[in-house]
Amino acid sequence: MLEFLSQPWPWYTSGFVIALVMFVLLFFGKSFGFSSNLRIICAACGAGKKVKFFDFDWRAQTWNLLFLTGSVIGGYVASEYLSSGEAVQISQATIEDLSALGIAVPQGLQPAELFSLEAVFTLKGFLMLLLGGFAIGFGTRYAGGCTSGHAISGLSNLQLPSLIAVIGFFIGGLFTTWVILPLIF
Amino acid sequence: MNGLKFILAGILFGVVMSKSEAISWFRIQEMFRFQSFHMYGIIGTAVVLGVLMVYAIKKYKLRDFEGNPITFTPKEMSVARYLIGGSVFGLGWALTGACPGPLFVNVGHGYWAFLLAILGALAGTFTYGVIKDRLPH
Repeated sequence: MLEFLSQPWPWYTSGFVIALVMFVLLFFGKSFGFSSNLRIICAACGAGKKVKFFDFDWRAQTWNLLFLTGSVIGGYVASEYLSSGEAVQISQATIEDLSALGIAVPQGLQPAELFSLEAVFTLKGFLMLLLGGFAIGFGTRYAGGCTSGHAISGLSNLQLPSLIAVIGFFIGGLFTTWVILPLIF
Repeated sequence: MNGLKFILAGILFGVVMSKSEAISWFRIQEMFRFQSFHMYGIIGTAVVLGVLMVYAIKKYKLRDFEGNPITFTPKEMSVARYLIGGSVFGLGWALTGACPGPLFVNVGHGYWAFLLAILGALAGTFTYGVIKDRLPH
């Protein structure tokens, strides 16, 4: 069983389990939206004293911080107990595209060129993570949601705003992939 | 104990994001290069099941575990907000290979580099809160 779970899960299993997570949260009377946690953390750190946007009863959203804590534990459980240690099986075309950028064939889950501690302490690696993170935090709050809130929950409710947001996700993502990455690598 | 169920739901989320490899920068690159069906299959399956689920909840007026009706608050209509905000997020998604959930799931894997991206994300959300009234919505 454990061996079975340790293989990478096929897309349909994964999609099913993500829908299950959304259902479980709805059943608990909550809605699935991960990026709200960034606003909650800002508020919990006292940002509400200076900025009105963070002046709300964040304690009522503690459940979402618990969900976040669980997701970190889930990552640990997956890497420690449910991992076969095999490299991500991306397509040959992607491997070739990435090697043209100087990123080696996958050895594990993440490229060492970007996420090893050596990479973080180079100027490029440092800025990439910090600015990438900044765009995530700024953009998700501006758009009022991320992949979970818009692409999953929002599209499930057939909301037009979420479809527009998802189109935006792709405009930005394609720009980084085809314009920014070739410039910085 | 009341909170335990949310931690368990979070663990399930962290595990599925890991085992689906959706937290991998490689998979996100593959998605934005349209070179595999994998990520589209994951999101597509979740959305199709989600649509059926939301439809059933509305049609049969299903209630949550405390007996309250399950409601959905529609987002206010706008184009600028979702298109610009979404695009800015997309830039960061492809750069770090992570959306907000995976930023944290990756830390669970011991990829400490993502702590820096989380710091950036908090700074980004804070900046939005400061200049929000000056942005088109």
